[in-house]
Amino acid sequence: MKVLVTGATSLIARRTVEALLARGDEVRVLQRHEAAVDCEHVLADVRDADAVMGAVAGCDAVVHAAAKVGVIGDWDDYRSINVDGTANVVGAARAHGVSRLVHVSTPSVAHAGRSLVGAGAEPPVTGRRRAWYAESKALAERVALAAASEALPVVAIRPHLVWGPGDTQLVGRIVERARAGRLALVGDGAALIDTTYIDGAASALVAALDAAVPGASCVGRAYVIANGEPRPIRDLVLGICRAAGVEVEPRRVPLRVAVGAGALVERVWSLRSSGTEPPLTRFLAEQLGTAHWFDSRPARDDLGWSPPVTIDQGLAHLADWFAAGSPSL
Amino acid sequence: MSAPALPSADELRRWGVDAGWSQLISVGAGNGATATWHVLDRSPVRPVATLVCVHGNPTWSYLWHHLVARLGDRYRVIAVDQLGMGFSDRGPQRRYAERVADLADVIAALHIEGPIIAVGHDWGGAISLGWAVGEQARRADLAGIVLCNTGIAVPAGRSAPRLIRLAATGPITSLVGHRTRIFVDGTIGLSFKRLPRPVREALRAPYRHAAGRRAIAHFVDDVPFTASHPSAAAINDVAERVRSLTAPTLLTWGAADPVFDDSFALDLAERIPHADRHRFPISGHLSPLESDVAGVVDAWLADQFGRRPAAPPGKARVAAGPPSYTPGWAAIEARANHPETAFVDGKSGARISFAELHHRVMGAAAGLGALGVQPGQRIALLVPPGIDLVTAVYACWRAGAVTVIADRGLGLRGLGRAVRGAHVDWVIGPPRALAAARSLRWAPRARTIAVGRRRALGAVACLHELASSTASLPPPPDPDDLAAVLYTSGATGPAKGVRYRHRQLAAQRDALASTYGITADDRLVAAFAPFALYGPALGITSTIPAVDVTKPGTLTAEALIAACAAVDATIVFAAPAALANATRTATTAADPWLARVRLVLSAGAPVPIATLRATARLCPAAELHTPYGMTECLPVADSSLVEIDVAGPGRGVCVGRPVPGVDVRVVPLGFDAGVVVAAVGVAVTGEVLVRAPWLSDGYDQLWRTERDARPVDATSATWHRSGDVGHLDADGRLWIEGRSVHVIHAVAGPITPVPVEVAVESLDAVERVAAVGVGPVGCQQLVVVIEDREAADGLASDALAGRVRAAVDHPVAAVLTLGALPVDIRHNTKIDRTAVAKWASAVLSGSKARRKW
Repeated sequence: MKVLVTGATSLIARRTVEALLARGDEVRVLQRHEAAVDCEHVLADVRDADAVMGAVAGCDAVVHAAAKVGVIGDWDDYRSINVDGTANVVGAARAHGVSRLVHVSTPSVAHAGRSLVGAGAEPPVTGRRRAWYAESKALAERVALAAASEALPVVAIRPHLVWGPGDTQLVGRIVERARAGRLALVGDGAALIDTTYIDGAASALVAALDAAVPGASCVGRAYVIANGEPRPIRDLVLGICRAAGVEVEPRRVPLRVAVGAGALVERVWSLRSSGTEPPLTRFLAEQLGTAHWFDSRPARDDLGWSPPVTIDQGLAHLADWFAAGSPSL
Repeated sequence: MSAPALPSADELRRWGVDAGWSQLISVGAGNGATATWHVLDRSPVRPVATLVCVHGNPTWSYLWHHLVARLGDRYRVIAVDQLGMGFSDRGPQRRYAERVADLADVIAALHIEGPIIAVGHDWGGAISLGWAVGEQARRADLAGIVLCNTGIAVPAGRSAPRLIRLAATGPITSLVGHRTRIFVDGTIGLSFKRLPRPVREALRAPYRHAAGRRAIAHFVDDVPFTASHPSAAAINDVAERVRSLTAPTLLTWGAADPVFDDSFALDLAERIPHADRHRFPISGHLSPLESDVAGVVDAWLADQFGRRPAAPPGKARVAAGPPSYTPGWAAIEARANHPETAFVDGKSGARISFAELHHRVMGAAAGLGALGVQPGQRIALLVPPGIDLVTAVYACWRAGAVTVIADRGLGLRGLGRAVRGAHVDWVIGPPRALAAARSLRWAPRARTIAVGRRRALGAVACLHELASSTASLPPPPDPDDLAAVLYTSGATGPAKGVRYRHRQLAAQRDALASTYGITADDRLVAAFAPFALYGPALGITSTIPAVDVTKPGTLTAEALIAACAAVDATIVFAAPAALANATRTATTAADPWLARVRLVLSAGAPVPIATLRATARLCPAAELHTPYGMTECLPVADSSLVEIDVAGPGRGVCVGRPVPGVDVRVVPLGFDAGVVVAAVGVAVTGEVLVRAPWLSDGYDQLWRTERDARPVDATSATWHRSGDVGHLDADGRLWIEGRSVHVIHAVAGPITPVPVEVAVESLDAVERVAAVGVGPVGCQQLVVVIEDREAADGLASDALAGRVRAAVDHPVAAVLTLGALPVDIRHNTKIDRTAVAKWASAVLSGSKARRKW
């Protein structure tokens, strides 16, 4: 099978490429800059419909992971990259008779600030007045799933809080702040949070590719991917710090204060327009202050996927990686 | 006059009603006039039967929306708005007979095929009954009747409901019913717990304007308080003809209804003796909106339409007993001339010989008969454990009365709820209890008998004078007559009344005697009061130590030794908490009286092994046994300390092998209630079913509970769902792994709590533990909650969490500490894991959580 993977500079996409290559698939990647994967490269922007069309030509399957991630920036950028980019990928896949498409989405497309306890993959919600990432990804998922058909089976995968060696988003921020003595927990740190060890996120995308055949129950549906091992956020944070060899006693910030501070920081940050991501966001505060865990049965039953690495095994891998001086991956 | 405008589809949806159910139909009356009716009507393509549901005053078809939602995929469910009510046409006053005719007209217009179930609430019940006894129902296929909080006649010995009588007083009727919303709001307020906002909104919707409320006042005006009332003759006629109804009938009742209270249910049950009854103790007047009436009706209809093999009715349901039957009082009778001590009161030291006990029991039995106690009447015994209680119990049994025994271990509220729900005809108790029963309205219409020597507080007799009665003894009850209603400890929800027949109690006594080799040479100390009642039945001297019966954990070694000395005890029966305290408070290593005890029994809750070992040191000559069973069936299994040691550690708590005469079958978890299926294999966890000649008869006025708890097997034999989960090992030993409602349903499969708790309790500095599930069934996460008086409520320390995760075989999502785990009042050991799970869920969702117990 020849697979086009978009956005291969991201950790998840890179790992997916490696997994596909390892099992003998042919892989082509598309992204703006050179990615650290050993395969055929197309350097282009997903907003460039012609370039996308060319990259899809000759591929049997597409994993669409390219996206603009973040909390700052203009809506136009989010919309054009995430929504129009997805439309370009879908259009090209149709035009070239691609036999399957896996769209990488996010649980935040259905996020409404509530706590999620054993939740399913709820339909995307739109109409946010901020949080352009979630808004654009919600629209993008609709575009992708609406294209599902007999000819082009589409599955959307929403990996939840992916972490592991080399991850700068979650592990990077926690460890950096712990080392600086600025680590704080939202609330009493008891909120149950499910996460995804990086290997599982990649294997879920591969499993979705394999499951996306005409008539399969997964076609046209979205799946939340997580380890299915929610832990109190305190246990996770302390586990990651321990893996990094940092001893911490985190401070505590009440949930409401954290959400308020997050909202404030976001606004101030957007005014500064420095281009860097703010240290705390409203979204992050809510994510870490209220329960977020999901029903893992749909992914197990429909995609035949289960996490290959448990949280404790993942923490051990992380400790090994830190012990080796956190080499770039 | 036209009806109020129909609610919008959005409004209906908010209230839980599918707009597709709501229809307007034009119905022609016999006199040529037509009227527009609003109905909720939902049907599958081929309905099994049709339910015609009639609301009362001042509700509307909305009252039945749960029935429509739950049953409408298999049955056609029609709920009508009566004329002048809901969203049906307004018009002049319709009296009772006209409303019965209206119902017949609308049923004819609905073109119903196949069997019909008539369903009614409040006034709608009386109107449904009017239709059910009429000509049309005879021609139709009337297959069943379901009645909720209704009445057809004011019950004997009761006056009409005061609230209604007040509302029906001349000008007040129009004021409260029509011109103001007092009657509508008042009815909504008759719920036990405040109804949710959308429900209140829906109930008020058709009655927002005075023009829509005229029929409410008309209904009130139609209540016949006098014999000359225009509707009196018609209603009285139906009330009598109801007695000839043969259709299966279900009475489901919200017990906390100040208008149609339990006495109306009893009146209907007297008129329709074959009726099944299910009572909701914590539901008010609007039971179809407050309780799971729909679920009860669903199960009941399933049985009527043959989804379940029918259990043989009545007496034949009693499991075949041992060939011989000797009544409970036989041992007392056999010792009519024995001077030996029968019973010693632990607190006062008072003694009674068998001869005197015999004299008093037979005298009191005769006296009860002479006083007017009829066979089968219920007598609440609010007597503290002691000589009076023993006398009263055996006298009641001998007189053919049914003893209602609820102890203070239920808590005052639970005790009151139990007595009130049992509808006793008589109450026996000390003045204090009689006063409480009266002032708290536990049994407002019962006659009272005071214990002691004086008729206190309006009591019609005192036990002392009864005991010296010279009247002749009434004939003894039949072995299959009801003997007692005993109450479960109510650790989960309100206590349930368990019915026992004389044959079953006799079999239980014989099973205890044979299992523990009890002979006339034994003497019993029973620190668990109900067990003390067995002493006289076994023909052995017995006593109760001086201890607060509501706090078994306060039994001191001193009190235990005193009790043993008083009777030269050979057998001690005590709750685990009592033994634990007795061993803790023991000062001398070897007390001579305790050294003479040959057998110690401890039951009621799991017995910690440490308590057993400490007891073994306290009573060096005694064998230690832990009978396993429940209020509904005891004993089921038995284990000695030696056997527990032989069994070693395992998955759960070892309760030993089934005692002879008991069948134990472990069936798959979550099996369909009602039908017994094949057993799971050895060592496989499942739900524990039991069967024995001494299995109780069933539950009191809890049709649904009894049905679900008493599955029937292919041979029509009735089993009992213990509610426990566990497994049988290769040596036939039964291991209990928890309560079935406490099983944690994780993605990887079910997790039983006790093995997890046992594993965590083995850690240093951990005493009491609850393993609970959080999240939706099927993808729950395991959470371990450790009792720790020192630590703050919330996340356990990182180090402790690590130790727990290492000790447990399943993934543990979180480890929490809690100052005090909630336990039952009676045993102080059964953890209310449901409450713990609720608390843990709140903590782990990131919200502020407070304990609610």
